Amino acid sequence: MVSPKTLYDKIWNEHLISDESGTSLIYIDRHLVHEVTSPQAFEGLKLSGRKVRCPDKTVAVPDHNIPTTGDRSKGIENIESKIQVDALRDNANYFGITYYDVDDIRQGIVHIIGPEQGWTLPGMTVVCGDSHTATHGAFGSLAHGIGTSEVEHVLATQTLIQKKSKNMKVNVTGSLGEGVTAKDVTLSVIGKTGTAGGTGHVIEYAGSVIEGLSMEGRMTVCNMAIEGGARAGLIAPDHKTFEYVRGRAMSPKNSQWEKALTYWKTLYSDPGAHFDQILNLDGSEIAPVVTWGTSPEDVLPIDGKVPDPKEFEGGKIEAVKRSLEYMGLNPGQRLEDINIDTVFIGSCTNGRIEDLREVAKVMKGRKVKDGIRAMIVPGSGLVKVQAEEEGIAEQLKQAGFEWRFAGCSMCLAMNPDQLAPGERCAATSNRNFEGRQGRGGRTHLMSPAMAAAAAVTGRLSDVRNL
Amino acid sequence: MDKFTVVEGVAAPMPLINIDTDMIIPKQFLKTIKRSGLGKNLFDEMRFNEDGTEIPSFILNKEAYRSSKIIVAGDNFGCGSSREHAPWALLDFGIKVVISSSFADIFYNNCFKNGILPVVVSPEERDALMGDAEKGSNARISVDLEAQEIIRPDGTTVSFEIDDFKKHCLLHGLDDIALSLEKEKSISDFEKKNKSQKPWV
Repeated sequence: MVSPKTLYDKIWNEHLISDESGTSLIYIDRHLVHEVTSPQAFEGLKLSGRKVRCPDKTVAVPDHNIPTTGDRSKGIENIESKIQVDALRDNANYFGITYYDVDDIRQGIVHIIGPEQGWTLPGMTVVCGDSHTATHGAFGSLAHGIGTSEVEHVLATQTLIQKKSKNMKVNVTGSLGEGVTAKDVTLSVIGKTGTAGGTGHVIEYAGSVIEGLSMEGRMTVCNMAIEGGARAGLIAPDHKTFEYVRGRAMSPKNSQWEKALTYWKTLYSDPGAHFDQILNLDGSEIAPVVTWGTSPEDVLPIDGKVPDPKEFEGGKIEAVKRSLEYMGLNPGQRLEDINIDTVFIGSCTNGRIEDLREVAKVMKGRKVKDGIRAMIVPGSGLVKVQAEEEGIAEQLKQAGFEWRFAGCSMCLAMNPDQLAPGERCAATSNRNFEGRQGRGGRTHLMSPAMAAAAAVTGRLSDVRNL
Repeated sequence: MDKFTVVEGVAAPMPLINIDTDMIIPKQFLKTIKRSGLGKNLFDEMRFNEDGTEIPSFILNKEAYRSSKIIVAGDNFGCGSSREHAPWALLDFGIKVVISSSFADIFYNNCFKNGILPVVVSPEERDALMGDAEKGSNARISVDLEAQEIIRPDGTTVSFEIDDFKKHCLLHGLDDIALSLEKEKSISDFEKKNKSQKPWV
């Protein structure tokens, strides 16, 4: 009898080319490329006279350091950013890779446009020179970030040298309460495991809460698997996945669709499959959360207080002292008493249409508090247009939000969208590291609904009590 | 890639846990299209004030550690972004070895592609080596990849585990793209099979 396999085991086995002494060569089905981590890889190819093995499995888009304001067709003012974006366009043309330029409506954050265009499909291996590639795992694909040397390796060989990870399962049972979203789920998981809890593992998210999430919500959950240290996060595909994928530009059509669907329906963990680690969470116990420190594991329910370094152990004590100093917070301070200056809604974690709808819902009949800078950066040109068609854009502009073009923007602040030193931001992005949103900038991570609530009150707030 | 054999010298202690790649090389330096020249911005926001002057208390600004080739770091070193600029910056500064009790996955892999050896030791061994590193120029340690051991200033050794393939590539400075391309036939056969079984891929 065949031994039961996890979803990860199945995808891994399907892509194994050779397996020698614990190091395996696996085939890569999709390679997403952006301007920041690819120029050195393309240069390497040119220097060694190699070509891109499968241009048709590769797609390139600028997202990290493009401006999100003004008339983008006029080009990029920052000369270094311009050189990087120009290099991506030139390299895509030179090697024959599909490229969505800045003025193309399909342009957007690489992890948003991959699924949007149907490049990402269940059962695939997907890589990108970006750690948030884990996002694509929401489709039951094995997706992870790679470095630039590996980008070059995939471009040249369409393969990666890998060591198989361990299996971890995160089971979120029950159901979520009012005002609790996918972002609260994924942050709460990291709060439990720590940022290194998933190291060496691929996490499969399962349970009734995960099944109940939309594809957008599942992408938010998988997106932050890397913040828990995991190589990848994935979710078994189901009818929601198939409905999302159906009819996308790059999705299979007609008889190929039927064939694909038959295969996709085999993509689940067999009963009795072995997981090296299992974490169980009761969805009804998850509250709307925010981060208070400079690590994504520094998570607490919004009705909590800033912790005391003394409550921690080992190296975390010094780390907490350092982060409280950086964040300008004192132990015992109520989280709801923390005032903010800026609200950032966007990123590959929360820049999809459902996220913007969530913000619009909270903002109905409300305004951004005077003096607060609030910006919305849609994840893609298509998300932007859809929100405009649904009237969300107009409503949010009226409420006091800036309405931007698509890009990574203030999530990593490579473009002009940055925090000033000491400025405090309610952000829907994924990292609250020191300096992440600008040198000296202070980031509190939260859901789009919670960020909207903060925009209304000017402080960290419980969306349920608004 | 340079061959890695033995690295010997003063190790810089960085006990902070979760040193992320944004700390190692902040994003404003990722706008380069080259691999070289990032060493001057290694740990930029920890190392320099906004006016560009050095922060004297930062470890690599202290006389004993200015030319360290080894870092002993707290848990989960290299977490965060996949930016290979992190190992490029370390290497350009002169760091060839990072020792810690754990590393983030992508950073760990990226090191090997650039001739840097990340060494995983137990938390107790890390603390002992951190103690050695804190002694500054009075304490030199040596990291021998072939023997898979760290030789402490008192002559005692700490052995470490490493994947055979990664060790082989590092010892010989091998380009793994060339190695993978040697499997051209296997890759082509895989693609043929895939085309018939999963034509939509």
